[in-house]
Amino acid sequence: MSEPPVVRTVNLVKIYQNGGVPVPAVRGVDLVVEPGQFVAITGPSGSGKSTLVHMLGGLDPRTSGEIWLDGKRADTMSESAWALLRRRKIGFVFQFFNLVANMTVADNVELPALLAGASARDARERREHLLGALGLTGRADASPAQLAGGEQQRVALARALSNKPSLLLADEPTGNLDSRNTRDVLRLLGEVHRDGQTIVLVTHDARVASMADRVVTLLDGEIVDDGALGTARRRPRGTAGDVVELRG
Amino acid sequence: MRQSLLALLAKEPAHGYELKQALEQIFGRAYPPPNIGQIYVTLGRLEKDGLVRAVDVEQSNRPNKKVYYLTAAGRDALDIWVDEPSEGPRVRDEFFMKLVLAPMTGIADRMALINRQRRHYLGLMRDLNELADRTDREDYVALLLIEGAMLHLQADLDWLERCQEDLP
Ligand SMILES: Nc1ncnc2c1ncn2[C@@H]1O[C@H](COP(=O)(O)OP(=O)(O)OP(=O)(O)O)[C@@H](O)[C@H]1O
Ligand SMILES: [Mg+2]
Repeated sequence: MSEPPVVRTVNLVKIYQNGGVPVPAVRGVDLVVEPGQFVAITGPSGSGKSTLVHMLGGLDPRTSGEIWLDGKRADTMSESAWALLRRRKIGFVFQFFNLVANMTVADNVELPALLAGASARDARERREHLLGALGLTGRADASPAQLAGGEQQRVALARALSNKPSLLLADEPTGNLDSRNTRDVLRLLGEVHRDGQTIVLVTHDARVASMADRVVTLLDGEIVDDGALGTARRRPRGTAGDVVELRG
Repeated sequence: MRQSLLALLAKEPAHGYELKQALEQIFGRAYPPPNIGQIYVTLGRLEKDGLVRAVDVEQSNRPNKKVYYLTAAGRDALDIWVDEPSEGPRVRDEFFMKLVLAPMTGIADRMALINRQRRHYLGLMRDLNELADRTDREDYVALLLIEGAMLHLQADLDWLERCQEDLP
């Protein structure tokens, strides 16, 4: 019980400057994520979701407030300390992929594992497992530019999971996927969650959000709801017909 | 159920129990199994409307069974139903009524209403996810219905977000 939260923020604020005009993107967020928890972050466009997870991953400096990771103060760390932390225990999936353009898919996915100190063999096995789980085995030798948007997105997820991060931060990881590929991603996230990795994931996709233990809703940079999903399930459980009502 | 019975009878004449089995086979787990009583009631109405007719077929050492077949009027009714576009979804949402009327009651906090509804929808979505996992991969009819329900639910959630942004 003495394990500290994986993520804790205290009155976290981000104000961008837009040509001299202050744009408050995150306005006083207090968020605690316990080890192994899967937290989904939802909210309208512009409500500050990306800004929040970028700050949690040290990709964007905070304006004020505190960020604690695994019980250690993180917002005051240097760039290089953040880089080390990301290498060792944070996986990040960007909303707009950010793959390394001049490397193959396979190398993109293996790199984080190698940087984290895995052997070449372990990195390759991990890569094969992740690409397989996401239906991308056949694309291993392609370069990112040759991939469809939905494929790039899945590679970005595989890359983020490559170093078995204890904390996965993901920004809309299914935004460009059709329902079949989304199902693969859901299955992989379920696996990662069962393995005890902590997940903080921004999503508009209710199928993804509904897998979380907890849903946090942002509006205008503030948390307006934070709690478990509804449990008022329909009983008795049975056939699809109990949930699905045909019209007519 | 009227149209599904007409469609089955357009393929071949059948008695009530065969129709029940055929419906179960086609819709699999996706559709609440019709009970035989409902089927006979519906057949009776279709017969009264002149869309189907029944003939008694004798069976050795069993009571006669009624075999139903489609009439020309039944065929026409079926063609009309198949040819015309189906109604789109109508938004007659009870929750939206609550949301709009809540301030007048002076008790309900809109933000709290929306948050509770979101959690409820997400709980339903989780049920649908689990249902999809438990459904046979080959049962395309059931899987497509579940996916349809998921997409409707996603639209409801998106709408909820719009309500949260725009209602004062
Ligand atoms: N680099 C930046 N410079 C100035 N303003 C920014 C910058 N990045 C984000 N913003 C502003 O901060 C606010 C929050 O943006 P953010 O990207 O966090 O929203 P979001 O919730 O992720 O939206 P979406 O769902 O569209 O991805 C918006 O008003 C946005 O215009
Ligand atoms: Mg964003």
